[in-house]
Amino acid sequence: MPFAPTLTILLLAGPVIAGLAGTLLPALSVWPGLLGAAPSTPPFQSLISWPGLARATWLSFSTGFAATVISLIITALVLAGWSGTRSFIWLHRALSPLLAVPHAAAAFGIAFLIAPSGVLLRFLSPWLTGFDTPPDWLVLNDPNGLALILGLVAKEVPFLLLMSLAALPQTAPRRSLLAARALGYGRVSGWMLAIFPRLYRQIRLPLLAVLAYSASVVDMAIILGPSTPPTLAVKITTWISDPALSGRFIGAAAAVLQLGLVLASILLWWLGERFYAIVFHWKTSQGARQHYEVMWRALGYAAGLAVAGVALAGLAANALWSVAGPWAFPAALPQTLTTRTWQRTAPQLPDPLIETILVAAFAAFLSLAIVIACLNTETRRGKRPGGFGMLVLYLPLLVPQVSFLPGLQALALWGGMDGGRMAVVAAHMVFVLPYIYLSLSGPFSAWDTRYGTVAAALGARPWRVLLHVQLPMLLAPILTALAVGLAVSVAQYLPTLIIGGGRVQTITTEAVALAAGGDRRVIGLYTVVQTSLAALAFLAAVLVPRFVWANRMDMRAA
Amino acid sequence: MLGQKSMKMGLAAGIWAGLASISWAQAPDWQDIENNARGQTVYWHAWGGATTTNAFIDWVGRNVSKHHGVTLEHVKLADTADAVGRVVAEKAAGLDTGGAVDLIWINGANFAAMKSAGLLYPSWAENLPNWALVDTIGKPAVLSDFTVPTDGQESPWAMAQVVFYYDTARVSKPPTSIDALEDWIRQNPGRFTFPRPPDFLGTTFLKQVLIGLTPDATLLQRPPDAVDYDAVTKPLWDFLEATQTSFWRKGRAYPAAGPQQLQMMADGEIDIAISFSPGEASAAIANGQLPATVRTFVLDGGTIGNASFVAIPYNASAPEGAMVVANFLLSPEVQARAQDPDILGYGTVLNLDTLSPEDRARFDALELGVATLSPSELGAVLPEPHPEWATRLQDDWIARFGVQ
Repeated sequence: MPFAPTLTILLLAGPVIAGLAGTLLPALSVWPGLLGAAPSTPPFQSLISWPGLARATWLSFSTGFAATVISLIITALVLAGWSGTRSFIWLHRALSPLLAVPHAAAAFGIAFLIAPSGVLLRFLSPWLTGFDTPPDWLVLNDPNGLALILGLVAKEVPFLLLMSLAALPQTAPRRSLLAARALGYGRVSGWMLAIFPRLYRQIRLPLLAVLAYSASVVDMAIILGPSTPPTLAVKITTWISDPALSGRFIGAAAAVLQLGLVLASILLWWLGERFYAIVFHWKTSQGARQHYEVMWRALGYAAGLAVAGVALAGLAANALWSVAGPWAFPAALPQTLTTRTWQRTAPQLPDPLIETILVAAFAAFLSLAIVIACLNTETRRGKRPGGFGMLVLYLPLLVPQVSFLPGLQALALWGGMDGGRMAVVAAHMVFVLPYIYLSLSGPFSAWDTRYGTVAAALGARPWRVLLHVQLPMLLAPILTALAVGLAVSVAQYLPTLIIGGGRVQTITTEAVALAAGGDRRVIGLYTVVQTSLAALAFLAAVLVPRFVWANRMDMRAA
Repeated sequence: MLGQKSMKMGLAAGIWAGLASISWAQAPDWQDIENNARGQTVYWHAWGGATTTNAFIDWVGRNVSKHHGVTLEHVKLADTADAVGRVVAEKAAGLDTGGAVDLIWINGANFAAMKSAGLLYPSWAENLPNWALVDTIGKPAVLSDFTVPTDGQESPWAMAQVVFYYDTARVSKPPTSIDALEDWIRQNPGRFTFPRPPDFLGTTFLKQVLIGLTPDATLLQRPPDAVDYDAVTKPLWDFLEATQTSFWRKGRAYPAAGPQQLQMMADGEIDIAISFSPGEASAAIANGQLPATVRTFVLDGGTIGNASFVAIPYNASAPEGAMVVANFLLSPEVQARAQDPDILGYGTVLNLDTLSPEDRARFDALELGVATLSPSELGAVLPEPHPEWATRLQDDWIARFGVQ
């Protein structure tokens, strides 16, 4: 297994770098095999002459940046005001299921909720609002991307909370907070001064991944984001599928711009960190102990609750539409409930369902095996991955999908690795593996190596130690990591479509295609199926250890 | 450019392989094609946004499997251009055989782009046994796709014509000319919209308005560069300037595709919507997607009509199977099913006079849907403008209104 870390680097960095090269060439008018069709105007020139460029670029940047800042603030406030309390456990329980919800499903739920014809206004009309027809309000697809920011925040807060909770023990929160409070600081101020800086260092890379993702998201931006013009990432997807060849060159140029945009966002974030550090030092030296403690605590909890509420209510709206009979505005509930949509769609579900499960299972189990091999090698060498290793791990999460997947497709075709399930599995692994690594590395390093030493002293070889001692003891975190991997794979759209050439059809590709038709009942149904798949994996991760370790209480929790 | 030479050789080899496998082109023997097709899997890339068409394609798949041993996989696209893009990428990579796409539901600009780039299987459609039933005289659109000759590179399977549907519960007298529509939109702000170009239906709305306002619509049959583009299109831009702020959401957001208007109509967000399928409203009522009070109308001077086609990429993995599917789509049984308002409500491409009495009876037995106009009520069918109009109009629309 000593080669596992190298294999991981190749598996993650290889496709990203190759894909970027495959994108850069056409952006410079070079397209092997299409030499005769090289565009008459340089792609970057055509890109600049597109009238919506400045606005689209600004939208991608501003929505991504705003969503990340807001998500971080909410996460920090919730932790600062409430971590360790009973209320926190309740809020955490409400937020953590959202991790399993695919972005597209969450976006549809929110759209069904907040649209002028959505569930929220139906509940308030006409008795409160006086509306008999939906008002002509631009709350969905609004030109400033506020709905998109809301959707992103609803998905990213649970993720940042999970990452923070994993990193929190290393910041010795209880002792630090006690010390701060003994010095007279309020709970929130004390937490922000004593714990947040150390926590921040731990969650910095996941945070940058959130920033990069938010600035280049496609599916959520199509559903919730503005359309006149759309964000840059969305516009790229229309360019690269343009029937005119020139579109693909412009798309490649725009994909390079998208990469630059993400890099610029990260740079600006870094400057923001410096700025915060200065303010933070100044604040500390002022010595003020209390900063509207009650207000910040209340605000943090309310924001966390609102995020969970919006997303969960959206999911409920999805489910309700899938069984809705006639449901005219402004009725709060459907006139009748019916299984008609399910009956009509049922015959078309098994094939994509099986494909989704196969691809997700292959991607998650293969990634898991590689990650365990990596972690095992690290443990035995007594080394943790350094800055370079972590960067490689985060590379697929930092580089926008639209910037390297089209290039990867071109190279995959060229290299004769065409479509097919295993190509899609390989593409999914690029995104699944980092998440599995991230959720497993903590528990692995926390495992007491003395168990291994004892086993070895009793004559067990390394393999046996791994299979009979370490892995069984880590069953719960391994299953959780597996569930995370399955959920990530289930939600993938662009890699499945682009690398699979349309031949690998999953629930997610079907859902996005059907979404184009805007039929809420069918969309609701597919999002329910999609969400259930991921939710079942998480449910199994919770239940299986309880049965397997029915008589080993300490090994049941992740 | 290491691979350039080998790519060319690969291309040449591919062409030879292609020629060898289509020896039927000299002696088109349908029996051979059917034999080769048996056992093939055909990946039909077709827009997947409408549950009705998805169910129809599913039914076609079950039947070609039963009768011809061809397995049909519907690759549901959010945009037909995705399939075109796939073939383009394959050609760029030198993948001249064994492509991922076997059959595409296509017309208009996508067809024009693929045809001019040489991405389509050459002249096969007119060799299909059921081609004899196609009404090439009464429905010239089956031979001329947005004025581009099909040259047998695509086979028609449905007729479409622009109609508008409206909810009689909210609109008593629909506007039946572009001028009347302009007045209606301004008097009823926020109650009309159209799919955002470059969606094909949105672009069709622009073309329909232009046809309705321009003094000489025959100019649109020529490429836009051949006429005074600015003068010809001025009435269209004037119309849009005058109505822009009276559109749904003040023209700051648009539905992404045609069928989204069904949901918007059902929710009461809009009162009038454009459609390219005369039977769409009836099918949607039968489906529970629209209230039963919805009806259809057309414009006085006639509306744009065209045909939907299927085409086979030059590098398809299962061209024979794809032809069997295309031929099956032209059979009277399938055509009658597609025209059934409860199924799809698509117009047939066949000449009913050439059919046997039993087949003819399939069509005679169909009732018009509750919201479908009779052929005489549908009025004149106007030809599609040259495909470059669609590209120019949508690009200009995006520059003027799509990126505020």
